[in-house]
Amino acid sequence: MDLYVLFFYFFALLTVISAFVVVFARNIVHAAFALMFTFFGVAALYVLLYADFVAVTQLLVYVGGILVLIIFGVMLTTRMFSVEMKTGTLNILPATIFTAILAGILIFVFSVTDWGVVPDQEFDTTVYGIGTLLVNEFILPMQVAGVLLLVAMIGAVMMAARERSKSQSK
Amino acid sequence: MTYSLAQIPQWLAEPGLEHFLVISAILFSLGLLAVITRRNVIMVLMGIELILNAANVNFIAFTRFSTLSLDGHLIALFVIILAAAEAAIALAIVLNIYQQFHTVNVDEVSTLRE
Repeated sequence: MDLYVLFFYFFALLTVISAFVVVFARNIVHAAFALMFTFFGVAALYVLLYADFVAVTQLLVYVGGILVLIIFGVMLTTRMFSVEMKTGTLNILPATIFTAILAGILIFVFSVTDWGVVPDQEFDTTVYGIGTLLVNEFILPMQVAGVLLLVAMIGAVMMAARERSKSQSK
Repeated sequence: MTYSLAQIPQWLAEPGLEHFLVISAILFSLGLLAVITRRNVIMVLMGIELILNAANVNFIAFTRFSTLSLDGHLIALFVIILAAAEAAIALAIVLNIYQQFHTVNVDEVSTLRE
């Protein structure tokens, strides 16, 4: 139990501090790399919450997929060879005050509310249960998600191809 | 119950549901801050990813600390799927915007075409 507490605070701090770096870093590449540590920390929190399959999916999809996409976006839209890696901010002071108040309200509500917590639960691997649910109760959302991914893939390819043909014709 | 100096408080020693909820609240606020303040579209996208992660932490935490079934895990998985699709489409749009306007700052891109 002690080790659990230690791991929890380590990964909680990792998540929160790297999220701060993501938001406040001036250099967008630093922000992208800090985002990787945030995703790692959140995946570790999933493991601590007994969600093994979701943790692995988080690592595969976020760190392996979305982060690579974001870094590609940074590379393709920033002039790498100039000093223009810095990104500006707008309305930083009022927005910071607003979100700080919002975070305070959220944390207050979360800690005051009496959640019906069930204290001790056995750890059970979730893969079997998730697979069973996916082909029974959640068969329609799964199919819809598959169609959505297909449509998103076709759309992304279409947009990228249109961009290339336009730049070739110039 | 008395606390000695060496003894850490009870609420700190046992991470419960509230601890995870507080982490998700902080992640959500930081993501919102990034969406509001940053000028670069890609930074705004990173903020959206932070917000989606905060929602996922909530789903998983409530599944862990309640007698609910695995529905929370499945909803978290669908959120991850949607985030992947959203990131791909959004970055394709960002590339097109960069091609069109030669900038990715949201305050400078105020028209749909030049």
